[in-house]
Amino acid sequence: MSYQVNEQGFYGEFGGAFIPELLYPNIEELQENYLAIEKSPEFQEEFHQLLKDYVGRPTPLFLAKRLSEKYGAQIWLKREDLCHTGAHKVNNTIGQILLAEKLGKKRIIAETGAGQHGVATATVCALKGLECIVYMGEKDIERQAPNVARMKMLGATVRPATSGSKTLKDATNEAMRDWINNPEDTHYIIGSVVGPHPYPDMVARYQSVISEEIKKQMDGLPDYVIACVGGGSNAMGAFYHFLDDKEVKLIGVEAAGLGVDTDKTAATLTLGTPGVLHASRSIMMQDKDGQVIEPHSISAGLDYPGIGPAHAWLKVSDRAQYMAVTDAEALEAAVEVSRLEGIIPALETAHAFSVLKDLDLKPTDRVVINLSGRGDKDMNTYMEELNLL
Amino acid sequence: MKNKLTELLKNKPQNLLNIFYTAGYPQLEDTTTLLTALENAKVDLVEIGIPFSDPLADGPTIQESSKIALENGMSIEKLFSQLENNTPKVPVLLMGYLNPVMQYGLEAFCKRCQEVGVDGLIVPDLPMYIYQTEFKEVFEKYNISNIFLVTPQTSEKRIREIDDNSNGFIYAVSSASTTGSKTDFSAAADYLGKLKDMELKTPILTGFNIKNQQNFNDACKYVNGAIIGSEFIRQITDVEDISKAATNFVASIK
Ligand SMILES: Cc1ncc(COP(=O)(O)O)c(C=O)c1O
Repeated sequence: MSYQVNEQGFYGEFGGAFIPELLYPNIEELQENYLAIEKSPEFQEEFHQLLKDYVGRPTPLFLAKRLSEKYGAQIWLKREDLCHTGAHKVNNTIGQILLAEKLGKKRIIAETGAGQHGVATATVCALKGLECIVYMGEKDIERQAPNVARMKMLGATVRPATSGSKTLKDATNEAMRDWINNPEDTHYIIGSVVGPHPYPDMVARYQSVISEEIKKQMDGLPDYVIACVGGGSNAMGAFYHFLDDKEVKLIGVEAAGLGVDTDKTAATLTLGTPGVLHASRSIMMQDKDGQVIEPHSISAGLDYPGIGPAHAWLKVSDRAQYMAVTDAEALEAAVEVSRLEGIIPALETAHAFSVLKDLDLKPTDRVVINLSGRGDKDMNTYMEELNLL
Repeated sequence: MKNKLTELLKNKPQNLLNIFYTAGYPQLEDTTTLLTALENAKVDLVEIGIPFSDPLADGPTIQESSKIALENGMSIEKLFSQLENNTPKVPVLLMGYLNPVMQYGLEAFCKRCQEVGVDGLIVPDLPMYIYQTEFKEVFEKYNISNIFLVTPQTSEKRIREIDDNSNGFIYAVSSASTTGSKTDFSAAADYLGKLKDMELKTPILTGFNIKNQQNFNDACKYVNGAIIGSEFIRQITDVEDISKAATNFVASIK
């Protein structure tokens, strides 16, 4: 079975490019060029040089001794939190800014939830001297204030999305509308493995450096690779080079919000059904009329009612397993990792740690957790929720 | 059952006025109030929007009307039953995003469209190749026309391909934009002139930025007619008598 995208942009029944005709030229241009550009020696050289000297790759694979002791297994942390800007998101924005440059684009737009992707986009735009506009839900602007300030300091314009749930889904709608209105000079840097083909494959390729490094850094294969999933880019990056190694168990962790049995949740794969959102066919949270259900998660980066089509396919074809973790469990895990390892994780990432307690681990098991980002941006939420003042 | 749209378009008439509004807006039962008013005002076609939670090709006016319509309890089933009790006399198109249609079920949807007198569909996020491979057969089985969009960025080759695959009209977006966003129509003249010169077999209606009689007349110099959406919605928002507002607006255009 293939877990890679086919020529029409589908992973099994999921994926495709369900775009309004207004976006057809933009998407066609990307579909026709993204692979050739990625494979060109100039792109490869600049991409790897920037990942090394600017982002700080390879990121370490750290054996977390006290966590290992607590859970009775060997737990390794892939330190994406040490990337420049503090999360894995920058791997993708480096790739896409080089692509945008090759396509001659002058103006960059992006959507952001937690603000990590927005910061990573503002960063590469500053690096390349390109105009940058980031759409962000009004609710997320409030709960991720430090990242809003970072984007502004980097010279980006942050535009609030005020429709719907005022979170990531609505920011994505606004970014797509901007692209429709500016079809010629603008490149849209989508921040996860979502959206129309070729985005899911393109973003997965740029993020695949994560699993490429894990493979080199480990002696043999891990038993588990665990990552949180919002749209699914850090998970896809961590899974990518293990997809055909069937003995490696792949676990994606989504946000259950207040619980999968409540209506305040973002557990898309646990609760969702097939549908089309943001121009790709995947699994999504919707009511019986096909209207999108507004999600909830304490973590802005996981607060999304859809998921990348590749994950929908990995789930239905049983290649990966998806679990859901509540707001409260994530907070508890964030405290635990901070106190056991001296690493404050992003709230998104904390979800991934929280499943350790639910797995049936053996002392010989080698578990890799993708530590997708650091928790600085979440200090406001941590202070409030954990009474740190 | 005859398709009123293909009947209307058979001889490629000129100066067609197509009015768009959102089903269930401003009040749930206004769908048919407006339909009747527009029929009496002698518009040539009516396009009714099925509200969706995430209308990504629409600007603020239609977004807002969709949101209110959903809050009013609008749904596809409700729309069908409204039309069923008020069989449309003019050609009626539904404009709706793909996801609600898919959840309803494609075959069931097209069947109901035919039963209640809907002649054509505009599904902005249904790409041509998916239409051809997965949808065309069902549309044809129930005699439903599929309307494609073209924009100033659409290549000539693709316009010709769309022309070959169309069985209603082609919806020419007058400038690349979400609905209702630009104020100036004049920039579109060039583009519509080019479309006219291509001598397509399918009639063309243009839409998105038409607001008044001047725009309408300008558009009709080049193509078969025009679609007014956002401006019409503004005209029926916050008014006492929507029928009267609709009638007056149509009279001001044509
Ligand atoms: C640190 C971190 N991890 C994970 C995510 C979720 O995104 P994805 O599922 O695409 O990795 C985000 C998104 O903002 C993030 O900031």
